[in-house]
Amino acid sequence: MTPRRRRLALVLGIVAGVAIAGALGLSAFRQNVTFFFDPSAVTAGKVPPGEGFRLGGMVTKGSLRRDPGSLEVRFVVTDFQHDVPVSYSGVLPDLFREGAGVVAHGRMQGGTFVADEVLAKHDEKYMPPAVAESLKRHGESREGLVTPPAATPQAAPPAGPTANTGS
Amino acid sequence: MLPELGHFALILALLLAALQAFFGIAGPMFRRERWVAAVTPAVAGQAVMVATAMGCLIASFVGDDFSVAYVAENSNSALPLIYRVAALWGAHEGSLLLWIMLLAVWTVAVAVYANRLPRLFAARVLGVLGVISFGFLLFTLATSNPFLRLDPPALDGRDLNPILQDPGLAGHPPVLYTGYVGFAVAFAFACGAMLEGRMDQNWARWTRPWVTAAWAFLGCGIAMGSFWAYYELGWGGFWFWDPVECASFMPWLVGTALIHSIAVTDKRGLFKSWTLLLSVLAFSLSLLGTFLVRSGVLVSVHSFAADPSRGVFILSFLIVMIGGALSLYAWRAPLLKSPAGFDLGARESFLLFNNVLLVIAAATVLAGTLAPLISGALKLGTVSVGPQFFNPTFMLSMLPLLALLSVGIHAGWKRGRLGTQLRTLLYTFIAAAVFGCGLVYGIYSHGHLLTPVGATLGIWIILSSLVDPVDRLRRGLSLPRAVVGMTIAHIGLATAVIALTTVQSFTNEKDLSLAPGTSAAVGGYQFRFDGVRPIEGPNYDGVGGTVVVTRNGAPIAVLKPQKRQYWVQHQVTTETAIHYSRGNNILVALGDDLGANRWSVRIQIRPLVSFIWLAAVIMALGGAIAISDRRYRLTKVAVEIPRAAGTAPEHA
Repeated sequence: MTPRRRRLALVLGIVAGVAIAGALGLSAFRQNVTFFFDPSAVTAGKVPPGEGFRLGGMVTKGSLRRDPGSLEVRFVVTDFQHDVPVSYSGVLPDLFREGAGVVAHGRMQGGTFVADEVLAKHDEKYMPPAVAESLKRHGESREGLVTPPAATPQAAPPAGPTANTGS
Repeated sequence: MLPELGHFALILALLLAALQAFFGIAGPMFRRERWVAAVTPAVAGQAVMVATAMGCLIASFVGDDFSVAYVAENSNSALPLIYRVAALWGAHEGSLLLWIMLLAVWTVAVAVYANRLPRLFAARVLGVLGVISFGFLLFTLATSNPFLRLDPPALDGRDLNPILQDPGLAGHPPVLYTGYVGFAVAFAFACGAMLEGRMDQNWARWTRPWVTAAWAFLGCGIAMGSFWAYYELGWGGFWFWDPVECASFMPWLVGTALIHSIAVTDKRGLFKSWTLLLSVLAFSLSLLGTFLVRSGVLVSVHSFAADPSRGVFILSFLIVMIGGALSLYAWRAPLLKSPAGFDLGARESFLLFNNVLLVIAAATVLAGTLAPLISGALKLGTVSVGPQFFNPTFMLSMLPLLALLSVGIHAGWKRGRLGTQLRTLLYTFIAAAVFGCGLVYGIYSHGHLLTPVGATLGIWIILSSLVDPVDRLRRGLSLPRAVVGMTIAHIGLATAVIALTTVQSFTNEKDLSLAPGTSAAVGGYQFRFDGVRPIEGPNYDGVGGTVVVTRNGAPIAVLKPQKRQYWVQHQVTTETAIHYSRGNNILVALGDDLGANRWSVRIQIRPLVSFIWLAAVIMALGGAIAISDRRYRLTKVAVEIPRAAGTAPEHA
């Protein structure tokens, strides 16, 4: 092969490699991106049946139920328009509490959201923007409930992963 | 008084950085000797001023000066001394100051080393560093001044976020930032070369140690963060593909590509413009990471208090720096010609593919990190991108990279005749496959499809890396430190591959509900829960549990996980208890009081997980050994020859 043709082969090989990687990446993207829904969207039936997604909102005060001694816990997530009952089995994150924001991953099973992962942010005053926005959209203006992120005085650490439970 | 002094020092540092930038860039341009001579004093003055500011802030923290807003928000009189110092970089303003301080340290190091460089080139490099420093100082003073006073002063501080009250906080951010900021040096060297419109193999030799050092620090910093997350966050994960983890990982990937590309530039004078581009890219990704963390545009644990003005400032700075550097590149890069070609089977080809794959990996991570932002901006719905996306796509580019490494390491420069090495290749691969599969099925007797693949690739890399050094030793040839360093770094990579494969395949995790006195079996171990009792620390109280771990009746460990409630912020944290034994880590975390005298307990057994962090240390060690190679110390001589020869051609 002449140097020119060799270079051409090399360039073509790289282009093909990048194209394949791009195509595979895109399809991985389609399959593996998780959508976020608030309780109103869930109630309106916007969630494709059987599909895993993230549910975000506030834990309704007084909704936490647990049979004594059992890992199984039930609570209600609300955006003050609609409620979604959630069940989860496992250790809840440190910052999980009634009246605070929460994001859970799982899927709907017969009207209940069965969570396999409950996420909480490091900072108790930190509201995930998606949750804050959803609460704002639903006209919730009870003071103290929706803390805009700008009012967050505390810092999170400079690197390291999200606190979560489950895997 | 001290905060005002610090504030004033910071303003002086800003002015000195402006002078450093101006003299450093304009001096060589207009050939003003005096301007060039003024650069080094400006560097020294700026460093002294930044150190003064840093000292003032530390003094305010240690002296519990709660009239300073930043101290009042991040410290407390009950906070132990070490955390009062570390609290300095516990939040946005202070960590920016740390950034600036570390940049000043790197700049001073370059200035000290500059006597080995051509004078004008050194001035340009320091000038570019001055521009970066100026931008960050301006940012700090304009939007995030840590010295602002509270009136009236707070009676006591609001305490450091309890999750940060950990020795990990003392080490992780400084090391990580040292790596981040270190890529500014490579960036400055690249800009210096482009301003000069000249780049030769000497340039590569000057720049290489800096790139390697920054890369090693960044790797260690990432590993420290991962280790800290593992034991502190209470759920035993070591990597979450959190946006900010990704932000630190991308410069590391591009930095790895840069290390390999600059090696080709050094040895063969090729890939010149690509090396420049990677230098710009690595630092751009560091800046992008800073932007992502500071602006709060992405949902992350690391999201500091979001302030739109900060985001806008960093974004503008990002555009100026990257846009400027890329324009310079577009203007100057065509001047750089590579003198020679190479065969398809030569080492250069393999390093080219290495670079392509690493950049693809960085691009996939970037795509995944930015996808939620883009999707949100285009109103496509709120999405989150997690391990389900990152793991397979990342592996897609990493598996071929690992295989190519084992093959390419045998290839010679310029001429590719892998035929002569075919036997070595085959033997090492068979040995690795037998060993890898034997280990996997011998020890664990089960596994995913990828488990033997990962083990085989890892062992293959180790064997292949050792072929050349062993061969050299046997033939009585010298073994340069650069080769030793490279071999060690590759063995570190192989360690990481093997450890990651094992952890991903064989982690055993269970959440249990246990009453005192009862036991549970997880992964061949017996865990007996002995109940909880109250505990009290300097600024918290809580409960501590006791879990006795045995294996076939033989005692293994007594683990005492805690659940702490910090007084000032009323925040609960989980303190895990971990038993480290021959890489098989047993982690126990205490959950909640479930009622009926039972507690939830998380038990997790991760084999070889410690080797992931060890791998980062091995890689950094390899980098350190490579830096100490003689060839980087002899550059003074190499520099003088072309300069003495005047306009002589730069290297054949």
